[in-house]
Formats: sequence, C-alpha cells, structure tokens
Amino acid sequence: MIEKAFKGTSGYWLWLFFLFFLVIAGFISYLRQLHEGLTITGMGRDISWGLYIANFTFLVGIAASAVIVVLPYYVHDYKKFSVVTVLGEFLAVSSVIMTILFITVDLGMPSRILNVLFYPTPSSLLFWDMVVLSGYLVLNLIIGWVTLDAEMKEIEPPKWLKPLAYISIPWAISIHTVTAFIYSGLVARPFWHTALLAPRFLASAFASGPSVLVILCYIMGYHGAFYLERDIIKKLTTIITYALAIHIFFTLAEIYTVFYGNVPAHKTHLEFLFYGVPWNRFLMPWAWGSILGAAIAFILFLTASKRRDDVTLFASLLTVFSIWAEKGLGLVIGGFVPTVLYKFPKYIPTLYEVLITFGIYGVGAIILTILFKMAASVRQGN
Amino acid sequence: MNRRDFLKFTGILAIGVAAHQAINMLSGSDARQSQKKREKWAMAISFSACVKKEGCKACIDACHFIHNVPEFGNPKDEIKWIWQSPFETVFGDETNVFTKSMLKNLSVLCLCNHCENPPCVRVCPTKATWIRKDGIVMMDYHRCIGCRYCMAACPYDARSFNWREPEPFIKEINRDFPRRSKGVVEKCNFCEERISQGFLPACVEACTERALIFGDLNDSDSEISRLLRTRFSIQRKPHLGTDPKVFYLF
Repeated sequence: MIEKAFKGTSGYWLWLFFLFFLVIAGFISYLRQLHEGLTITGMGRDISWGLYIANFTFLVGIAASAVIVVLPYYVHDYKKFSVVTVLGEFLAVSSVIMTILFITVDLGMPSRILNVLFYPTPSSLLFWDMVVLSGYLVLNLIIGWVTLDAEMKEIEPPKWLKPLAYISIPWAISIHTVTAFIYSGLVARPFWHTALLAPRFLASAFASGPSVLVILCYIMGYHGAFYLERDIIKKLTTIITYALAIHIFFTLAEIYTVFYGNVPAHKTHLEFLFYGVPWNRFLMPWAWGSILGAAIAFILFLTASKRRDDVTLFASLLTVFSIWAEKGLGLVIGGFVPTVLYKFPKYIPTLYEVLITFGIYGVGAIILTILFKMAASVRQGN
Repeated sequence: MNRRDFLKFTGILAIGVAAHQAINMLSGSDARQSQKKREKWAMAISFSACVKKEGCKACIDACHFIHNVPEFGNPKDEIKWIWQSPFETVFGDETNVFTKSMLKNLSVLCLCNHCENPPCVRVCPTKATWIRKDGIVMMDYHRCIGCRYCMAACPYDARSFNWREPEPFIKEINRDFPRRSKGVVEKCNFCEERISQGFLPACVEACTERALIFGDLNDSDSEISRLLRTRFSIQRKPHLGTDPKVFYLF
C-alpha cells in the first residue's frame, strides 16, 4: 500500500521537499541544542517548560480527538464517516509521533530516555503518559492501516478490528486525561491544580481536533484528492460547535471559581494571564486572543458557517489557534508565572527552539501527507 | 490436594522460610535495623541569629564550594543549593501586610526542605530522586533524564537544572565531590556525604553565629528536638502537605 505514496504530481513532491527542508533545519538546530544544552532555548530556571511541552500538550489533544470520528463510525454505524475515520486515525498517528518527539527534544539527557522503561515508576504520570501514548500510536496505526488495506482489496475488514476500534475509544480519553493529570497533580502550581483540568482538556481537544480535520478535508478537496460530501463537514462542525460551547463554559467556570473564591495564590496566575504586571504583559495578547478567538469561532459556527465554506474554514482555523494559545502557551507558561517565589519572568522562545518546533511539525506533516496520499489513492482506485 | 502434595508443599515452604532466616542472620541487616531507631534529619534556621552579620554568605559559599556548584552570572541558567530570598517571597502567603513591611529587608535562607512527603519524588519517572529512611531526599545524577518534572512539582524552587555544561563555571573544583554534566537536575543533599562520616552539614559548620541547627528529630534529646519543642517555629508552605524538615525559628 505504501507504494501509492511514491506516485504523485510535481506539487506533491515540492510540498514534501519543503517539509524535508523544515526537518533538516530543525535537525541541525537540535544538534546545536545537544551540543550546547537547553540553555540555547528561552527556557530557564523559572520557566522550565516552554514551547516544546506546550506543543506536546496541544498535540495530545489533537491525537485524542480521533475518537470524535471513530465513535460515530464504529459504535453508531454512521457510514458517512468512513473516509474521515481513516483520516482521523492517521491524524492521530502523526500527532502522537510529534508528541513523542516534543518530549524527547525537551529532555536534558535524551540518551537516557529508556530509563523510563528500565525503572518503571507507577507514581509518575509521565511514566503513564509514555504507556498510553505508545499504546495509542500502535492502536491507531493498526486500525487505520488495516481498514485502508481492506478497502483497497475490496474485502471486509477482519473481525478482530472492531474490538480494537472499541478499545481505542476509552484509550483516546485516557491519553488526554493522563496528560492533564501531569499538571493537575502538582500542588506547587495553583493554576494547574484544579480537577477541571482534564475535562477542560478533553472539551478543547474535541473542538481543535475536528477543526484540524475540517481544514485537512478542505485541503484534500481543493486538490481533488477525493470528493467530500457537504454532510460530513456539517457533522464535524456540529461536533466542534458543541465542544466549543462546553470548552467556553468550562473556562468561565474556572474563572468564576478563582475570582469569586478570591484566593490570592489562584488569582495571581489568571490575573497575570489577562492583565500581566506593569513590567511584563507578554501573555496578555495570547490570553485575550484565545478567548476572543473561541467566542468568534463559536458564533461563526452557529451562523454563517452553515452556508459558506470559506467561513467554515476561517472558523476552524480560528478554533485551532485559540486552543493552541490557551492549552499550549497559556496553560504551560501561565502555570510558571508567578513563580513559587513570586517572580514574574518573561519567556521568549529562541530561533533554535522555534526551528526545532517547526522541524517536528515538519516530521508530522510528512507522515500525514504520505498516509493521506495513500488513503486518497485507495479511494480513487489508483 | 492430597496428603502427599500437602506434605511436599509445606516442606518446600519450611525450607524457604529457613533459608530466608539464614540469609538475614548472615547479612545481619534485619536485626541491626530493628534494634536502633533510624535518624530523621532536620534543620532549624534562627532568623535572629542569621541576620547578626550583615551580608554574610559564609554558609552559601561553603556549600557551593564543596558541592562544585557553578556560577554562571545570569538568572536564567542559575544553579543554587542554598540561597537567600526576601521574606515576603518565602512566607508571602503565611503573613500579613504589617509583618511583611516590618521584615521587608529580611533575607531568608532557603534550601531543599527534604519534605517527608516530597512531590518531586512522586513525579520522577525514573526514580532518579527518592527519599531515604533517614528523611534525606536524594538525587541520582546518572539516572536523571532531565525532564524537569520535579522542578515543576517543587513548591520551594529548590531544584536546579544544568542548562549548560557547568564545569567551566566552577570557580575551584573540589575533587572529593562529583561534578554534574549538562542536562540533569541537582539540589541540596543535606550533606549526606558528610553526615555519613559523622560531620555536620557544611552550611551548619560554616555559620559562626550558630544560626543553623542540624540534628535528629527521632532523638528527643537532640538540640533540634528541644528547640522545636520550646520555641515558636514555622515551615515553608505547610498547607501543601509536604511536611518540610527545614524549620524557621523566631
């Protein structure tokens, strides 16, 4: 089946070449980081997790959201989702690979990464994250690949596939829950120490993941990769609308609890996010941008997007940006500021850090392109 | 199970128990440990004694020298085992605005609290940090993968990461203590290498004002036990349930 990825137009190869260039730039930057240490990033003793962990957190959400297409297709037998289900599973595969890469580049001693297996520690959520993420990767790779393979050979998928698909549903929930627990279990950072974190993560994931899928569907449709029914997009945007509503509700519930409760330790983080301190307001535009983005996208999905493709595309892009800013940047950096010693440090990612980040997204995009190309070729029957 | 199987089973069991006893007797580990109660190391820091000499950093210099702690000269890469921090940043949640303004110029000595319930140990994915029976929270620099989860988990800013190669920034290298490589986390170890030899921690020894008192909480006659029984003391962020073993005396 993989041979189908080796036949493509010049545009296809140009795109892959561009991604390959990104990966090379990221790889060279990473070699520099290996040599100099993480000092070449914007991270420091006060903000000790940055862009890498932010993107890790965001992408776990994208990976988990495959459940949003798997569930209707397998459990409710919603046949129209057959194409997007495979796409969703492949999106999960590429996202999980990116999360693993983001964790790896964040390590000070990547050569020792196998210590997590040699000295398994059930009390550590990072250990569990590794377990559930690798399991989820294998599950989605098998399900997506075997489904597509069966479709190519024009036979029914094997019987053992359905139980696997069923297992992948709670498994998807688990990867994002465990990722939220990494943060919410820490008493040192009041901003993260809330039981609402895991539900919030899931709600925002179910908005951002399908949004990415919608964007990808439009791109595939634009290139004539396959014909997508308007119905599928409509169903997806309905799911996004509900998820966005729940996400906005959870965010407001958190804001209410913190400000009405008036506990300084909890309040200072949100105050910093939305107002900053006089000498440092670097997260303010991201925090407001995220809130406004989510609100505008929600209104657009409710109204104009039902009739217009361009509005749907714009609202989806807005949703992805909003959730990335909120769950990635805002959550991770916002948890560190103020520090446990009430300092308000700044965090500005360095060029190396940004190049490494783009490099990892390049790897993910290459994997996604190849898998989607396979899916499209099988669909078109060539 | 018939009678024959039962006898076989109990026989094997008896041999097993006997072997276990014999090994214990030969190694003597079990017997020795149960006789003497383990120490529980703790430290008390006296505010009044600590401020007597203005600008005194004897304890910090002593610690950072014997443990090969580098000095990079920038706050982003900073590594610290013991340090001073303004009163309101250390006890900001525990006091009121009057106390804060009264103690505005007071610098509080901070170090790893060697919590009885350490969040850093709970989160470490490789057991590179663990708590010993005598209460010291230890670090294995050779197992640490540098994920910095412990730094996010520590409510006291006690952990430092080697953002870059530390060696060129160590003023004078002490050959008796290991140096670290870039990419691992480190912190105060309560001078376990010294107390195992019967010495006091370096910071305690360096203090000429006797502001730092180190000892065994399990020994009710120790100086620290008596002090904590008779004087008013506080811990950093006790509401978090970590149970720090560094106490501050008024």
